[in-house]
Amino acid sequence: MNTKYSINDLELIANDIRENIIRMLEHAGSGHSAGPLGLADIFTALYFDILKHDPKNPDWNDRDILLLSNGHCVPVRYAAMAKAGYFPEKELMTLRKFGSRLQGHPERQRLPGLENTSGPLGCGLSQAAGMALAMRMDKITHRWIYVVMGDGEQDEGNVWEATMLCNKYKLSNIIAITDRNNIQIDGNTESVMPLENLKNKWESFGWHVIEVNGNDIEAFIDACAMARAITEKPIMIIAHTIPGKGVDFMEYDYTWHGKPPNHEQEIKALKELRTLAGKIRSEAHD
Amino acid sequence: MTEILDINKELVSEPIRKGFGRGLLEAGTINVNVVAACADLTDSTQMSLFKDAFPDRFIEIGVAEQNLVTVGSGLAAAGKIPFVSSYAAFSPGRNWEQIRTTICLNNQPVKIVGSHAGVSVGPDGATHQMLEDIALMRVLPNMVVIAPCDSVEAEKATIAMAKHKQPNYIRLAREATPVITSKNTPFEIGKAQVFVEGNDVTIIATGTMTYQALMSAQELKKHNISAEVVHVATIKPLDENTILKSAKKTGLIITAEEGQIAGGLGGAVSELLGEKLPTPIRRIGMQDRFGESGEMSELFENFGLTSKQITLSAILLKESIGKEK
Repeated sequence: MNTKYSINDLELIANDIRENIIRMLEHAGSGHSAGPLGLADIFTALYFDILKHDPKNPDWNDRDILLLSNGHCVPVRYAAMAKAGYFPEKELMTLRKFGSRLQGHPERQRLPGLENTSGPLGCGLSQAAGMALAMRMDKITHRWIYVVMGDGEQDEGNVWEATMLCNKYKLSNIIAITDRNNIQIDGNTESVMPLENLKNKWESFGWHVIEVNGNDIEAFIDACAMARAITEKPIMIIAHTIPGKGVDFMEYDYTWHGKPPNHEQEIKALKELRTLAGKIRSEAHD
Repeated sequence: MTEILDINKELVSEPIRKGFGRGLLEAGTINVNVVAACADLTDSTQMSLFKDAFPDRFIEIGVAEQNLVTVGSGLAAAGKIPFVSSYAAFSPGRNWEQIRTTICLNNQPVKIVGSHAGVSVGPDGATHQMLEDIALMRVLPNMVVIAPCDSVEAEKATIAMAKHKQPNYIRLAREATPVITSKNTPFEIGKAQVFVEGNDVTIIATGTMTYQALMSAQELKKHNISAEVVHVATIKPLDENTILKSAKKTGLIITAEEGQIAGGLGGAVSELLGEKLPTPIRRIGMQDRFGESGEMSELFENFGLTSKQITLSAILLKESIGKEK
């Protein structure tokens, strides 16, 4: 079970995860920057507070399930898993390299602790539904299934097929999380393919929707606690995040969706993140 | 030689999918982890037998084939052995990428059931006549591809699939097909069966075309051609030894299938022989074209999916090779 961390501790962990994301991506020479950085707070909250899991026993029968539907954001998951003790942090530098367990997009069979293979978008929620239905058949009621989804991936029809199924079977042990960062490869989501009113869409599909600032760890933890209290519907947490969060020149810029920093940008980004860490530490002493 | 029924006696006809329905019910009775999901075609895919017996282990997905197989992936990840059914034109016709990524790449034991395959679905026309499913499934690593020749074999295949640890695809036909195998005919995933022994030409057939191959072997006798009939129920993995052994013996090959020859059984056998034992071959099946509405017998006749066509091809092949020699 998890050690209880203070919010300040969690913010520092999230900052470390961001630094590792920058290092991994620069070393890999390819990959996605904006999404993983924006999701660092959510993944910190999940792995260091919310999830019931055991890094030393990834297949633990009583664990909560965390599915990553937008597989291109996997660097944040790898960084959080390494920090949590699933594997040594130095393995992070093998990302996207030949023979690595850390594939460019996650593969379930390669690395213990990954629950699904993703990359092609729109499948995570269906897989969650399958797992939830299996748990119901087995009369398992004490495990939660969290699904992190992108906002751009909700252009996929498969997502809405799953949405209807979860509503039909009232799969209330599913907590879906939309990383609402408003960007996708070709631009802003509302110009590529408008998603709004996203909250109304999910509600009209029979879901309970909670909106939260996805870069506020405390608020996100609270939102998940609220979600677990809803027993009659599946739950969608629309988490508003800043793409590229923590690195000034990447924030809000959709062109960072699918590219890594070069060496100079890495140095600049790490410097910013170290300054940020100093600020978080000094806040703790205020 | 494998024990089958005498095709000169009166044979019972039954849709192949009926055997699947019985097999799934039996598999579900043997193993509580066998579950089923369907995309709004529960009766016509014959999943209804299972649904009635085990309502808590059946999931109605609605008309959503992409969801059908990805839910299957989730069920398998949670320890179930899911059978997911629809018409072959829609599954695997529409959801190939989901099958590839969420099932095959993970080697999840999801059992994809494609009913109403081939032109024999008849009046529904080209949209519903799935001809490319063998090719689509055969290229996926980890996937096993099965096309039973009758309902009795389909029943055995379904039970075997429930015990098999990998993703499987089973191809079923809608119309009644003569039952040519019996309880005593062995079935094993990955094994081809020699149904008739012969020396001059080998007819390699799968699914509904195996019956046509058996009739052709009889017709060929009248032309003093001794045909061997090899039934390939598992197109992948292909039983290379049985096929190579027969090709070596007869030196002439005809393949027969109710689907596109490109990438289908004809493609698979050609690849094998091309590499390991180059042998003259002719492929009976759909020749790079779509079907159309009509009765099964009319369509089989029109597209050359008949014993007559196999016989003709065998005679011509033997003559042309004879001239070369």
